[in-house]
Amino acid sequence: MPEAAIPSGTAPPGPSTTKRRMSPLLQTLIHRLVASLVVLVGVSMLMFAVARVIPGDPARIALGPNATEAQVQALRHERHLDQPIPVQYWEYVRELARGNLGNSLYSNRPVRVDIAQYLPATLELIFTAGLMIVFVGIPVGVVSARYRGHWGDHVARVASIICVSTPAFVWGVILQLVFAYLWPLFPIEGRLTASLPPPPPITGFFAIDSVLTGNGSALLDTLHHVALPALALALAGIGQTARLTRASMVEIYQKPFIEMAHAFGFRESRIANRYAFRPALVPVLTILGLDLGALLGNAFLVESVFGWPGLSRYGVEVILHKDLDAIVGTVLIIATGFLVANIAVDLLVVLVNPRIRFARGRS
Amino acid sequence: MKVLADLPGWRAFRRNPMSLIGLVLVAVVVCSALFADLIAPYPSHAGSIGDFAAMDAPPNGKYLLGTDTIGRDLLTRIIYGYRLSLEMAVVVLAITTPIGVVIGLVAGYLGPVWSYVLMRLTDVFLSIPPLVLAMSIMGFLEPSAIHGMMAVAAMWWPWYARLTYNLTRAEKQEGYVLAAETVGAGMPHILFREILPNCLPAIFTKMTIDVGFVILIASSLSFLGLGAQAPTPDLGSMVADGAKYMPDSWWLALFPALAILIAVMGFNLLGDGLREAADASR
Repeated sequence: MPEAAIPSGTAPPGPSTTKRRMSPLLQTLIHRLVASLVVLVGVSMLMFAVARVIPGDPARIALGPNATEAQVQALRHERHLDQPIPVQYWEYVRELARGNLGNSLYSNRPVRVDIAQYLPATLELIFTAGLMIVFVGIPVGVVSARYRGHWGDHVARVASIICVSTPAFVWGVILQLVFAYLWPLFPIEGRLTASLPPPPPITGFFAIDSVLTGNGSALLDTLHHVALPALALALAGIGQTARLTRASMVEIYQKPFIEMAHAFGFRESRIANRYAFRPALVPVLTILGLDLGALLGNAFLVESVFGWPGLSRYGVEVILHKDLDAIVGTVLIIATGFLVANIAVDLLVVLVNPRIRFARGRS
Repeated sequence: MKVLADLPGWRAFRRNPMSLIGLVLVAVVVCSALFADLIAPYPSHAGSIGDFAAMDAPPNGKYLLGTDTIGRDLLTRIIYGYRLSLEMAVVVLAITTPIGVVIGLVAGYLGPVWSYVLMRLTDVFLSIPPLVLAMSIMGFLEPSAIHGMMAVAAMWWPWYARLTYNLTRAEKQEGYVLAAETVGAGMPHILFREILPNCLPAIFTKMTIDVGFVILIASSLSFLGLGAQAPTPDLGSMVADGAKYMPDSWWLALFPALAILIAVMGFNLLGDGLREAADASR
């Protein structure tokens, strides 16, 4: 019986049996927050385990081969490395709960300060790429599905596959070669022209800060600089989203309610943009959330091609310097951001999909 | 060819031009990797020795794709790069697939407690962006091709656990599983002899596509300097090195970049074609 497969604790679908006290939005939010907390504890344990399981003494690795034995002992004591593993983990979590990510041995500053400095540049890049994915990928998929079998559809499908199959750094190198060197439409690297003073750091996002201070030339210059790296970052997501939107729309087009809309004589554009689009959006949103993980990872590649002063340069440097606290801190921040974004996506799915009103959110 | 023509799905596969393009690209990549010693024009250039008389030469009749800054033939290095990339992909998938499949089978077949614990475990791995997880693992290891493989393998198994879990959950409801349970078959028999064979087509399709994506992630790692080290011919680090000499020596970055694109796209198209053919023959 199918009912047997539903894990205990999940109410069977149907309006009569669900408790209708809580809004589905709130229910999903609580459910996802609890699951994310479990996952986040798991991530902290995983990173802790990786840092301890790897052969070699973390204190020795951190200080390098030239440190004296006394220095190594001192650091070992300071980081509680001379105590049993559970105690070490407990100390580490206690520091985390206070918002302390430890100190970077590479920059000699608290990891939190380092991340706060480099993160806005990376987020600016990721947000711009995310906007490109949503506002290019989804429309291409919708139009491709509406004109399926047409030559334009085939071109879009081939282009999508090429986009998906190309690592972000390859796009970075190709776009930089063509649109910055051979045909200098865009700057080669950096976030802002060197002669322009950066806008005062209010949010750390150059685009927002220039708007807040009414600095038009800085805004234009920022957008001019971010366009090419953001496109390199976005292309894989654009291809993926276009493919998925198309597949999802094509499936919806087979449904009886679309046939009925045709029978009513509604215009094609209305059928595509209203009746087929909304249900087709549900799987696309979920994948967009997962795509964000790819954006966070690929940002490292694109930043290194375009000399973008974000978390990547820092991340690669601390990895090459075996800076344990900084590595763990960076990964924890990225994982948290990824989880939060996915909770937001799940809430959006609830808003878009009225059927979830009758069933509790999945685990 | 007679045998191939009788296989279910081959006709559907053959009708799709995209799948055939994928098959051709994969054949080119695999043959280059297997017969690198025979087809590479200058096999000695795979190491650190080049032709000093022809340093930094643009593509020409002698060196079809040009030479790098110490006079090594780029085509030769790309062919050997394919060998390394495919070795990495095969090793990573050979390690991760069995682990993920066993976890997925057990979690899918056993009760909700097991599935909750094991699926939250995969959530932990999947909540860290793949490249970031691989990079952070590399943070604790010396950069090398072997360690790169280990880092990629550590992040790859959850995808197979997820896939097998979902397949197992569906198969568990089928009559044949109930029949095996009724006659008292043990759990290993039910998992590996009854359920697993029915999951294999989907798993193999995913593996085909994943060869491309492992190549993509591994080359990304080495692009950042966290993978194979010089003088190993590695496509990712070739792009990184070449990017320093843009735009004058454009071929140094462009051709290895296109080589990665060809390999990943080939396995992608082939995998998609296999999936569609499997669906059509059902």
